[in-house]
Amino acid sequence: MTSLYSRRLWVNRIGITLSMVAMSLGLVALLWILWTLFSRGFAALSWDLLTQDTPAPGSEGGGLRNAIVGSGLILFFSMLISTPIGILAGIYLAEYGRISKFASFTRFMTDIMLSAPSIVIGLFVYALFVATTGGFSGWAGSLALSLIAIPVVVRTTENMLKLVQSSLREAAFAVGAPRWQVSLKVTLRAVKSGVVTGVLLAMARITGETAPLLFTALNNQFFNTDMSEPMGNLPVVIFQFALSPYDNWVNLAWGGALLIAFLVLAVNIAVRVVFRNKDKR
Amino acid sequence: MSETSASAGIDLHAQQVRKFRLQDLFFHRTTQLFAFIVLATLVGILVSLTIEAWPSLKEFGPSFLWTNIWSVPDDKYGALAAIYGTVVTSVLALLIAVPISFGIALFLTETCPVWLRRPLGTAIELLAGIPSIVYGIWGLFVFAPLFADHIQPPLQNLLGDVPIIGSWFSGPPIGVGILTASIVLSLMVIPFIASVMRDVFETVPDVLRESAYAVGCTTWEVVRNVVLPYTRVGVIGGIMLGLGRALGETMAVTFVIGNANRINGSLFAPGTSIASTLANEFGEADPGLHIASLFALGLVLFILTFIVLAISRWLISRSMGSEGL
Repeated sequence: MTSLYSRRLWVNRIGITLSMVAMSLGLVALLWILWTLFSRGFAALSWDLLTQDTPAPGSEGGGLRNAIVGSGLILFFSMLISTPIGILAGIYLAEYGRISKFASFTRFMTDIMLSAPSIVIGLFVYALFVATTGGFSGWAGSLALSLIAIPVVVRTTENMLKLVQSSLREAAFAVGAPRWQVSLKVTLRAVKSGVVTGVLLAMARITGETAPLLFTALNNQFFNTDMSEPMGNLPVVIFQFALSPYDNWVNLAWGGALLIAFLVLAVNIAVRVVFRNKDKR
Repeated sequence: MSETSASAGIDLHAQQVRKFRLQDLFFHRTTQLFAFIVLATLVGILVSLTIEAWPSLKEFGPSFLWTNIWSVPDDKYGALAAIYGTVVTSVLALLIAVPISFGIALFLTETCPVWLRRPLGTAIELLAGIPSIVYGIWGLFVFAPLFADHIQPPLQNLLGDVPIIGSWFSGPPIGVGILTASIVLSLMVIPFIASVMRDVFETVPDVLRESAYAVGCTTWEVVRNVVLPYTRVGVIGGIMLGLGRALGETMAVTFVIGNANRINGSLFAPGTSIASTLANEFGEADPGLHIASLFALGLVLFILTFIVLAISRWLISRSMGSEGL
């Protein structure tokens, strides 16, 4: 009897200990990656990083100015495309699509698109856009990234709208407001901060995406703000420079990786902190 | 006088209602159209990849899937090596990630002090936020050298002479390879699996848990005999989600898998995956069969991940009610 009891206790102790080990493994991995990133990335940070363009093979120094500006432009335009599409599609799913078959099918497919391999999106945009319009361009890169961001915006918008109490909707209907006004001016406004969060998370998601840019925006060694030309961008520069034999290139890759990771993690943490304060109120 | 103004008022009202109805119809159709865009993208991917891959599909037929050759000079292509690398790295990554994710979910839902749940949960979610390319350079510059110097040689000494298993750990310890890719992949899918597991664990009614504790079960027994059976479907859904993620992961794998387009029985040997072959070759591919075969690889990857993710979403939504994730 006692032996059975003590065996059960031991099994429990071992199980709980292993779960703590698993938790610490996760934390160690996170801290290890962050520490590497900061120690190697900080060494690469300098004014030159922001003010000079990517260096030619074999030349000294250089920075990431063209890649930073290119990434900014590509990101800006992909959010410009994906935000309205994502929000309107999210409104449809939440306001009209509670029982419709088409809507639940769309919802299911959106969930799959959330995790679809991003390199395949790159292939798709290459076939659809690059091969037909005759060239790699910043536009193609924006298009590819927006296809990845749309599902994120759709799902967060829908989830936020579903949290709106139906009494709010009914009150608006009762004073005679048409459906589109209820959607845009009442419910959407009620969950404004949640929708903004979704857009920010979508942006964070595509900031570090490399695979879809490889054969859409390609890369450009020179400073360029023309979206119809191949465009330098941080992820692809990091990819090429990290695998190069030049020390200053590898160094720049670490600097770029720090910039991207810092931006992505800052957005992720900020969104969570803001939301927690909302909960408390 | 008053009659005419009243009828004018009714007219005005009817007009307004008609206007609203038209606007509503327009709004309904517009939002529906945008929802349709998501569906159209999915179908568009399937159709356009099939069209672009057609020359290769016609030339090699279904044997494309099980032919182990990838030769640009001979213009002969088969996907076996890439499929092998993709499947082996993903399955190995799951073997590592599933127990760890389970431990994390168990800790966060059962034993963790309440005030620590939020920060620790956020920390694990941040692992999912780190861009794939950062995992890649970390894996290549930090993890792979360490792995080659301190983990591969002891593993070889320990298991190298065991029959069958020994050959999995043969070859020079160069750091990059199938096993390294699997380990980095496992880190990347842990947050996804752990967060699904945590969410479904929380759907277990407190009454069930408390009854089990009340008859004297230990925490481990509650999880093993009450929580896990209750959430089985959702847990499998979470694992499939991790598998879908791992299959399509590109940049991190490209950095650490070694990029050798061949099948080698050893897990220390460099290999390739569908996604890393695409990342490496597509940019400089020759028009014709080479690029068509790369599209065919993309099509295989898309169909594979689509099936896995569809099963995963179906299981998760069944387990969590209509809410989904």
